[in-house]
Amino acid sequence: MGLTTVFGSGAGTSSYEDFHRTAFILLVGSNAAEAHPIIFHHIMKGVRHGAELVVVDPRKTITARRAHEHLQITVGSDIALANAMAHVIIRDGLYHQPFVERATAGFHEFANHVQSWTPQRAEAITNISASRIEALAKRYASAPTAMIGWTLGITEHHNAVDNVRALINLALLCGNVGRPGAGLNPLRGQNNVQGGGDMGALPGRLPGFQDITDAEVRHKFERVWGSPISSTPGLDQTQMFEAMDHGRLKGLYVIGENPIQSDANSRHVRHCFEGLDALVVQDIFLTATAEMADVVLPAQVSFAESEGTYTNSERRVQRVRAARKAPGETRNDLWIVTALAQAMGINWPMLEAREVFEEMRHLTTNYRGITYERLQANHGLQWPVPDETHPGSPVLHDRLWQSEVGMRAAFACVGWTPPVEAPSTDYPFILTTGRRLAFFNTGVQSGVYDHPHNIGEWMEIHQDDARQLNIEDGEVIAVISPRGRVEVPAYYSQSVTPGTVFMTLHFPDEVLTNNLTIDATDPQSGTAEFKAAAVRLARL
Amino acid sequence: MADDVTIIVDGITVTVAQGTTLRAACDTAQHTVPTLCWHPNLEPANACRACVVEVKGSRTLVASCSRLVEDGMEVQTASDRVTHSRKVVAELLLSTSNADLAPDLQHLADISGANSERFAGGDTWEQPIQDDNNLYIRDFSKCILCYRCVEACGEDAQNTFAISVAGRGFQAHIDAGFGRELPESDCVFCGNCVAVCPTGALIGKAEWVLRRQGQWQEDRITTTDTVCSYCGVGCELSLHVMDNRIVKVTSPMDHPVTHGMLCVKGRYGYEFAQSEEG
Repeated sequence: MGLTTVFGSGAGTSSYEDFHRTAFILLVGSNAAEAHPIIFHHIMKGVRHGAELVVVDPRKTITARRAHEHLQITVGSDIALANAMAHVIIRDGLYHQPFVERATAGFHEFANHVQSWTPQRAEAITNISASRIEALAKRYASAPTAMIGWTLGITEHHNAVDNVRALINLALLCGNVGRPGAGLNPLRGQNNVQGGGDMGALPGRLPGFQDITDAEVRHKFERVWGSPISSTPGLDQTQMFEAMDHGRLKGLYVIGENPIQSDANSRHVRHCFEGLDALVVQDIFLTATAEMADVVLPAQVSFAESEGTYTNSERRVQRVRAARKAPGETRNDLWIVTALAQAMGINWPMLEAREVFEEMRHLTTNYRGITYERLQANHGLQWPVPDETHPGSPVLHDRLWQSEVGMRAAFACVGWTPPVEAPSTDYPFILTTGRRLAFFNTGVQSGVYDHPHNIGEWMEIHQDDARQLNIEDGEVIAVISPRGRVEVPAYYSQSVTPGTVFMTLHFPDEVLTNNLTIDATDPQSGTAEFKAAAVRLARL
Repeated sequence: MADDVTIIVDGITVTVAQGTTLRAACDTAQHTVPTLCWHPNLEPANACRACVVEVKGSRTLVASCSRLVEDGMEVQTASDRVTHSRKVVAELLLSTSNADLAPDLQHLADISGANSERFAGGDTWEQPIQDDNNLYIRDFSKCILCYRCVEACGEDAQNTFAISVAGRGFQAHIDAGFGRELPESDCVFCGNCVAVCPTGALIGKAEWVLRRQGQWQEDRITTTDTVCSYCGVGCELSLHVMDNRIVKVTSPMDHPVTHGMLCVKGRYGYEFAQSEEG
């Protein structure tokens, strides 16, 4: 969302290989070693080649332990850090003046905005000393090339888009975008987040991020599809939940998601779903969400039983192929959607994935030069690929360095607001959530294989906190937030600081962590603040 | 070009870029040298001596996997000295280790005319199989101490550093720290060590079980390239399927995302895809 606003497309600007050749890597809210292990290989290759690695994370993760410096920041204080870094960079004249003048917009307002963001002010918010913030700012700005990577530690906050904009500001100041070894990279949490967005699975977009409110765009699609397209954007997930809550949305068709367990404030989500007149769930398992459904459509495993493409965090479009025959009455997603349309009286032909792709690419500039044959021959291609002779684009937005800059990239004057829930007398701890290496989301996929470290969910707590509450290492305790309560074993951990505890969403059938999380969402991206909920701990 | 270097390989003149290894230069001359410990995605460990060549003016044979070309070098890839050395390397390894699943070692023995019985009757590395988890097996009777697993676990890919070589001389062995079982070690079960093991000393549990039962039949296995369904990195997976069941997952060594390396979910977390069928 932040990247789309500033650069016109919502995608990481670099390739993984840019980590190999950069001088400086700043990871913010990303535990890549566990959540994106193979990107972490690329990052560490860069470190071996001499890059400095700095990790900003409230937890001392495996990733943080491999960094040259770890800033163990207060949960949700990233904007204060980024604004103070910008303050130092501008104050000391370390920014890339020619780039700022040629390729950006709003510098003077931004410079005024961060004038009050002294490192001392940020120290009080981030719990990182002013001198360390100063030093980091200077090292980032003086590196000849620098990459910034982030993950859900940035985007799972009520001010997600502001967080992203604050990081983009740093890259704009120093010209660290649009050239090899310099870029802005959201590490995507799921296999096809990028591809889904690319294909227009967003309320206001058609494939290729084309704007649904643009009459010319609509007309182009209407001609091919032979059907009118509404100019009114649909609802994002948060808006859908709201509409369900208020009885305005009565029917829901869920494909390959398990919102009853994966969304924040589970009890509220369940309440919303119970008010539906019709719930259709299409999935490979009878998930907790499917159990509530009026109709369950048994789907095939996308990566192993269907044809199509996924697009990854470096915009690489790759072929997905069926490797095995799916069981029983299951059907692939494309077949089911088409059959459903036919059952509703719409005359859609039963197409192969390749035929759908062919239609899409002719309507979508970024994908136009991509064919299944080229994907096969090249281990995928990185969009944009404007024609069939184009080799793909390892780096986005090099236009910012060319004579025709095009749309200037705008600075954003973002203010800092703390997480919606602050620790209080009643709920004195902050619960933050994340992933563990061997497991994934609500465990629908990762709960099945036999991993030797699978001991179910546990909570990480600093031993000072635990001792004060007389909680023994491994003791099962109650964790209570204003929204719900779970019981979970608490283990002493050196990853968290006093006052912060950590859990995952991986074992919802035993420990439904999302009973605790808060559904405060970013108004622009619709993402909930999974990273900060106030809780109290009680012995049983 | 100024950065190019010209050398002579078995009488053939080849010009390669500065920084090229002798092994790669020999490849360019189409006089390929055999290798065991060398791997395209790992730093040379200089462990096995299979790739030695004779360089004019050098007192000792030279490991071509790591030695860089220098202008004017004259190299012999199949001199008597080289062939004899390779033969003894193969014979010594065959005397200690089980080469049933080691095609590269068998190839080295074949081309060098090694006699597998030459050192028979001496000490071997035969030992019980280490079956301490359900993802992969360690069968050190097959280990040739090529160090590939150590490199892949360490800074060449995974950066976990769970294993290393412990002990000296004939007691040298791959160890997960103080002889611990894998689940008690720092191992994260990515299986990148398995991916680069040239001898089957490290092998996926599913494959190991099927082989033990005599059920592993290469001609019944299809391999299909697809993409992992977990996080957004986009690792290409090669699914090895037998009787409609995934029995192994690898990734192409030349893939720009993975370089053949995966995480535990990508390599072993596939059971969900076939959990409805016994």
